[in-house]
Amino acid sequence: MIRYILRRLLQLIPVFFGTTFLIYALVWAVPGDPFSGKCGQQACPQAYIDLMTEKFHLNDNLFVQYFKYLGSLFGGDWGETFNGSSVGELISTSYPITLRLALVAVLIEAIIGLTAGVLTGLRGKGFLDNLVLVSTTFLISLPVFVTAIVLQIVLGVNLGIIDASVSDDPSFGELIVPGIALGSLSMAYVARLTRTSIAENRHADYIRTAIAKGQPNSRVIGIHLLRNSVIPVLTFLGTDLGSLMGGAIVTEGVFNINGLGGLIFRGLQNRESATVVGVVVLLVLVYLLMSLIVDLLYAVLDPRIRYD
Amino acid sequence: MRGSSRLWSAAAVVTTLSLLLTACGGGGSSSGSSGEADPNGTFTVYGTEPQNTLIPTNTNELGGSKAVDPMFSGLVAYKGENGEPYNLMAESITTTDSKVFDIKIKHGWKFHDGTEVKAKNFVDAWNYGANSANGQINSTFFENIQGYSDVHPADKAAKPTTDKMSGLVVKGDYEFQVTLEAPFSVFTTKIGYTAFAPLPDSFFKDPAAFAKHPIGNGPMKFVSRTPNVEIKLTRFDDYQGPDKVKFKDLDDKIYASQETAYQDLLSNKLDFIETLPPSALTADKYKTDLKDNLVTGHLLGISTIAVPYYVQGYNNLDLRRAISMAIDRAQITKTVMHDTYVPADGYVSQGIPGYRPGVCGEYCKFDPAKAKELFAKSGFKGKLTIASNADGGRKEPLVAACNSIKNTLGVECDFVPATDFGQWRSIVTGHKLTGMGRSDWAADYPSIEDFLNPLYRTGASSNDSTYSNPQVDALLKQADSTADKDAAVKLYQQAEDLIAKDLPSIPVWDEKGVAAKSKHTKTVVLDFRRRADYSSVEVLKK
Repeated sequence: MIRYILRRLLQLIPVFFGTTFLIYALVWAVPGDPFSGKCGQQACPQAYIDLMTEKFHLNDNLFVQYFKYLGSLFGGDWGETFNGSSVGELISTSYPITLRLALVAVLIEAIIGLTAGVLTGLRGKGFLDNLVLVSTTFLISLPVFVTAIVLQIVLGVNLGIIDASVSDDPSFGELIVPGIALGSLSMAYVARLTRTSIAENRHADYIRTAIAKGQPNSRVIGIHLLRNSVIPVLTFLGTDLGSLMGGAIVTEGVFNINGLGGLIFRGLQNRESATVVGVVVLLVLVYLLMSLIVDLLYAVLDPRIRYD
Repeated sequence: MRGSSRLWSAAAVVTTLSLLLTACGGGGSSSGSSGEADPNGTFTVYGTEPQNTLIPTNTNELGGSKAVDPMFSGLVAYKGENGEPYNLMAESITTTDSKVFDIKIKHGWKFHDGTEVKAKNFVDAWNYGANSANGQINSTFFENIQGYSDVHPADKAAKPTTDKMSGLVVKGDYEFQVTLEAPFSVFTTKIGYTAFAPLPDSFFKDPAAFAKHPIGNGPMKFVSRTPNVEIKLTRFDDYQGPDKVKFKDLDDKIYASQETAYQDLLSNKLDFIETLPPSALTADKYKTDLKDNLVTGHLLGISTIAVPYYVQGYNNLDLRRAISMAIDRAQITKTVMHDTYVPADGYVSQGIPGYRPGVCGEYCKFDPAKAKELFAKSGFKGKLTIASNADGGRKEPLVAACNSIKNTLGVECDFVPATDFGQWRSIVTGHKLTGMGRSDWAADYPSIEDFLNPLYRTGASSNDSTYSNPQVDALLKQADSTADKDAAVKLYQQAEDLIAKDLPSIPVWDEKGVAAKSKHTKTVVLDFRRRADYSSVEVLKK
């Protein structure tokens, strides 16, 4: 097991370099002059362009630029935006908010999605199953921005139950509605995944054995059935936390939440390449870490999966 | 039954009407909300993240200037309602030849750190702004001043030979002299632009630290800034100027999306937004949403469609006239732009001294028959295109213009989108247009000069059509050097007449400026730069 963990950690290194280089190249090497349009209808003064070119090493070739960036990144410096704010500071003020939002979303997905999935998976066809099928189909077909804007307009503007935008440092309560918008899509997937996997395992031999042994129903379902059925769901939830942190771009934009998603949203709008690269590098790290944790949890849940 | 219900509804109509009439007769200002103004209230405005550091010489876009402008007061300021310039920090600005200006400043004005504003604060700030080593975004605003080429060499590789412009001389604590390279009569209006603000001594010790906590001399002082969240300012109680503010705190709240800001405004969480999102304009929704809280102004800007001379087949006066006459401006501004624009009929925005209606004459009027005739005469073959960035609602009116041209002239017309403003400007400045292109202009300072020199002089920075007419150049130069303001305006108008004859770009529309306020705001004026004129703002007790 230790060897497996070590091997996985070593694998992270090339993945990290590969992904971050791709991101860096994609963001900075986009064709076109990064300073066009920066100064309104007139061209930017050459002096300004020179200063910024030097600051962001734009005269070097892409590889040199990338390694200079990584160098300062490992020194704890995430770089600066064009308007002189430190990207590191921006990230450190915004990640707790996104983490909070992502947790709210994951909790909503997990609680509602798992409950719906377990209930329909156990009962099989019937009214409840159809209800869940229809509502999840509905949710899956709605893009996040539609859900978010509809919730905002109906609950915020028309009914006045919530505010149209959340405050600067939102509490968990304020994040429930944005969390629903963000988590709704995955919630539907979780419900479906759980349902299928439970329905499949319900007739497995080991469940029959457990029932034959006279185990109480709660133990059969809670320990034997759920533990096995939850593996695919867990994979999904784990990597989803990573994608939620990035996927919050739209939701955070709509509700004006100052998290990582909002940071990318504005970074893209204003062509703040340094911010975009910084945040995406962070998201890559989160992704890598989450998938590592998920892989390790497999072994804990199912003793048959051991990686030696 | 039927009869009685009809009677009832008639009665209801009468009652409602009489109620409405009494409501109207009851008086009250058209600005809507009434109640007691709160001198210690907070005014929350829609903001966007500043693109550059918060220093006047490095701020040129709306997001940054919303915060920087109230913090700094220049020599000259513009009135909120009509953009008319008046002396603010300047006691007097005198010149005999429009080349050498003697500037006396008022005594007793203070920076927010308590130090007095002196003549050298202006001179130092201008020298800093012009110096190419400092890479300030507004450096070209100082280019008229003598000695600019020493601190800002035109050659890319050259280093400045000095850090002082020879044209700036401090004559005493409250007096300095500016000498220009060539006479420029509009200089006294131009120096009201943000970049010409004074900077305190503390700035020059550590500009980077200053940018994080700016110290100005304006009606409001800096409190705090959280990137992407908000910029907070508060009233500077020692302020001497006439443009004092009548509320206490200014909260510049930064939004990622205009739509959200608009929703916040409707639920009174935000007090002012200077532009309405496309969704609010659709089907004139904003008119019912806002009612009394709609704020209109007149922005000093103009939209034209540039017809580049370098594109094959387009250098043809009959063609330009035919296109211009084929665009139904009145209908497009009404149906596509929802009354937020008015048709343009010249090269100068309405409301500027020197604006005359109908400069463009019959060629800016919709006349399908004449347009067809001219088009036939032009002998143009092929397809017409109009290019522009497609974001921010730019696309729809141009598509409509294209359709109008297509229907009138029976020629193919396509809208060619660019991904964003940056890409769009690089196409234009690189002279890579393959057809017509959007060419919108917003004035930096309210002068007819600012609508002509940067756009139609040979080789000017925003001359998108690459238009060149020696007569126009000569008239503009003559106007620049005419000290008498009225005489100068007349010369600029002559230049405009010549431009209108050549039609290098086709005037299409002129933006009215439609803003919105919350019901907590008693009065607010939208100024020509699309900002709330803070000195006009009164907020109500909450």
